Amino acid sequence: MQRLVLIAVPYAWLLALFLVPFAIVFKISLSDIALAIPPYTPTLDDGLATFFAALDFENFTFLASDDLYWKAYLSSLQIASVSTVLTLFVAYPIAYGMARAPQEWRPTLMMLVILPFWTSFLIRVYAWMGILSQEGFLNQFLLWTGIVGQPLTILNTNIAVYIGIVYTYLPFMILPIYAALDRLDGSLIEAAEDLGCSRFQAFWLVTIPLSRNGIIAGSFLVFIPALGEFVIPSLLGGSQTLMIGKVLWEEFFNNRDWPVASAVAVILLLILIVPIVLFQRNQQKQAEQDA
Amino acid sequence: MSRLSWFNVTSLTLGFAFLYLPMVILIIYSFNASQLVTVWAGFSTRWYGELLRNEAFLDAAWVTIKVAIMSSTLATVLGTMAAYVLVRGGRFMGRTLFSGMIYAPLVMPEVITGLSLLLLFIGIGLDRGVLTIVLAHTTFSMCFVSVVVSSRLLTFDRSLEEAALDLGCSAFDAFRLVTLPIIAPAVVSGWLLAFTLSLDDLVIASFTAGPAATTLPIKIFSAVRLGVSPEINALSTIMIAVVTVGVITASLVSKRSMVRKQKEERAAGQT
Amino acid sequence: MAQTVFAPWDEPAEKPLIRFRNVTKRFGSFVAIDDLTLDIFEREFFALLGPSGCGKTTMMRMLAGFEDPTAGAIELAGEDIAAVPPNKRAVNMMFQSYALFPHLSVYENIAFGLRRDKRPKADLDDRVAEMLKLTRLEKFARRKPHQISGGQRQRVALARSLAKAPKLLLLDEPLGALDAKLRQATQFELMDIQEKTGTTFVIVTHDQEEAMTVASRVAVMDEGRIMQVATPERIYEAPDSVYVADFIGEVNIVSGRARAIGDERYAVEWQEGQTPLIAASERPFADGQPCHLALRPEKVAIHAEQPSDIDNAVQGKILDIAYLGNLSTYHVEVPGGQVIKAQTANTRRISRRSYTWEDTVWLSWTPTAGVLLPE
Repeated sequence: MQRLVLIAVPYAWLLALFLVPFAIVFKISLSDIALAIPPYTPTLDDGLATFFAALDFENFTFLASDDLYWKAYLSSLQIASVSTVLTLFVAYPIAYGMARAPQEWRPTLMMLVILPFWTSFLIRVYAWMGILSQEGFLNQFLLWTGIVGQPLTILNTNIAVYIGIVYTYLPFMILPIYAALDRLDGSLIEAAEDLGCSRFQAFWLVTIPLSRNGIIAGSFLVFIPALGEFVIPSLLGGSQTLMIGKVLWEEFFNNRDWPVASAVAVILLLILIVPIVLFQRNQQKQAEQDA
Repeated sequence: MSRLSWFNVTSLTLGFAFLYLPMVILIIYSFNASQLVTVWAGFSTRWYGELLRNEAFLDAAWVTIKVAIMSSTLATVLGTMAAYVLVRGGRFMGRTLFSGMIYAPLVMPEVITGLSLLLLFIGIGLDRGVLTIVLAHTTFSMCFVSVVVSSRLLTFDRSLEEAALDLGCSAFDAFRLVTLPIIAPAVVSGWLLAFTLSLDDLVIASFTAGPAATTLPIKIFSAVRLGVSPEINALSTIMIAVVTVGVITASLVSKRSMVRKQKEERAAGQT
Repeated sequence: MAQTVFAPWDEPAEKPLIRFRNVTKRFGSFVAIDDLTLDIFEREFFALLGPSGCGKTTMMRMLAGFEDPTAGAIELAGEDIAAVPPNKRAVNMMFQSYALFPHLSVYENIAFGLRRDKRPKADLDDRVAEMLKLTRLEKFARRKPHQISGGQRQRVALARSLAKAPKLLLLDEPLGALDAKLRQATQFELMDIQEKTGTTFVIVTHDQEEAMTVASRVAVMDEGRIMQVATPERIYEAPDSVYVADFIGEVNIVSGRARAIGDERYAVEWQEGQTPLIAASERPFADGQPCHLALRPEKVAIHAEQPSDIDNAVQGKILDIAYLGNLSTYHVEVPGGQVIKAQTANTRRISRRSYTWEDTVWLSWTPTAGVLLPE
């Protein structure tokens, strides 16, 4: 009896507030836009037969025919992939340095990496607006040092979006790589050097392969949320920055086209399933290796 | 191992500079007297004063804190239950679906979660306001709580629960008297995580908030869309300060209790 | 003066406290307990001994109520306990990990079970004080489990499981986490406490020395079955299978064929061209039946010259000598290539060793020294 309640309460909550809403999104993606509240037809009030008869894939054909959506999906994929690679290159030396730092510093370094994660995401993105703008700190610095003669346009471009993603998701990449490097037995490197490897060869042939799981986990942890990102492109990106999260938002709030917004959501989810399944597999494999 | 090469020192210095410089600049310029955010015109706490007189921000802050407390508390209860079911529940009908629903929200883009919940609330005719934000935040943060708590339960020595049963506890008493006090730190960090997730959330709140209730992130977002403002810098500084003090205090407290425990253990070993 | 020997298992009128009746336990397709029948009597200190995976822990968990038998019945004081949940059983368990509640003091750990019974405060205080005294923990009542040593934790676990005065106390590898020295001292302490409280103890262990030291009877288990149940002396001196003989202590097994040569006396043909070995056995053997002679090394004497007036004497060559301090074990190769171990006590300090490697020696033993076992 107790057990039943224990299972039923969270189960019912998730069914009602996670699964059912998603079913509604799916259903509306197959509906037509209407000038009413709610702004789509059919609703269940129309009777089951009409309800099902009126559903079609029109919104999806529309998405396929309008190249705005194609471009948005492709550009989201591109921005997410590029920023994942950039994050990896920024994160690896930091994680490596942390793993090589004296034992007594490590908890402090760990905390310094985690601390930004607890501060508001919005504020961290906002902080870059003042840095990247035409008269911002970066341009002031570059002009002062004489590296550039004219202020650079960075804010409201894709470059700003890359910087924003790298910055906000950096802890997600550092932590799994650090965890992998921390477990790495230092004598393995010494063994490799003893067997004739140079410093760099030992790094390339031993350290990198043994931190592979951390690299993979970190990459997914950055790629998956970056793909559906909304805040970063809308604050740092420009009007030409196309990302699917932003498109969905605009369809919904600006165009008030709920069926198309829902169809965009369904497709975004379909695209996400591949990396999510791959990520789950990787995590499972690692858990098995640890056991 | 403990010798840091120049390469490691450089990468750590540059890395942490990258992580912290933007926030440091933001904090410094929140004390700028000038309206122009990138020109330093002397030290002033003017913007903090303006902020405290800004009713709209204060109202939004109050709503945000209310929502965060309610949703994180609810999420902690539900998430702990869900974690217990996942780790200890054994087999039951629809277990795979259940664990799927626990993990899916963790990777679900916020725009989708927000959109789907909004469509649900409209579908059942629920007016958007504090209640709808609380429901939405509880749903996604309970999943985070359940991940935190279940990872603690996985390392929990099961014989402790069996010992409680053996000594005459009912299953519920065993949970209340033995399991819960021992996993309490994980439950508390689950609550804190849920609380900050709720405080931070912009996207889901934007979908589920109505004209009756606006949260602080929504207010900040609509303000910063128009550009950088010194008032927002001041607000950000306050939020950063609160979080920093909180996190550092928490980690110092937990470190001290760990050190004390280790010391006591060592002393016990010698008697 | 005649002393009454504690041996309820030899009294047909005695009712057992615990009775396993044809109990089988399966986990999926794995058979953990295979049609097992066993009686345990009141006030016994009963040891379940066997290698890991033999089913001894499963038996204990079935007694505590954490596992249900797949088939058969378990009776406690004549009543089937299948339907009684663990928290209602008059059985308590001392866990291998001790399972002390880390958030409660030593006092509260011991009082935990008593509080579940809603005992009056004074009553509870008295009982906890009694338990603290019994386990010599009075000074540590206010401490938390992490503030005391391993040996003290072990005693807290014991006090906690004894506090409710259970009819039956289960001990799962109770001394496994202690170091060797402390373990020996604790074994005697455990026996002492068992005697003082008069509780029936069932102990699970894989350490044969521990089982032999503490137990009134030992059940040797293998693959879900009981191989033999007997007192430690009988288990050692009169094993009834090669498995038990081999599992407990060191043993030489000489295989051959039996031939009756008199009243409970048999000749064992063990090697072509060698004099048959003479062995006494209450167990009857048919002529020509294959058999094994199990011979403990300490019962084999070693001589430089051929001994006279003894039934069994075999010549051989010393291969190895293991000096163990108190004992020396000689590995002697006998005709046919088999190695027989002979053990002698080093009763004198720095005595000149009489034998060395490659020496030709004689081994001898009496007909009653070994046990004759069937296939």
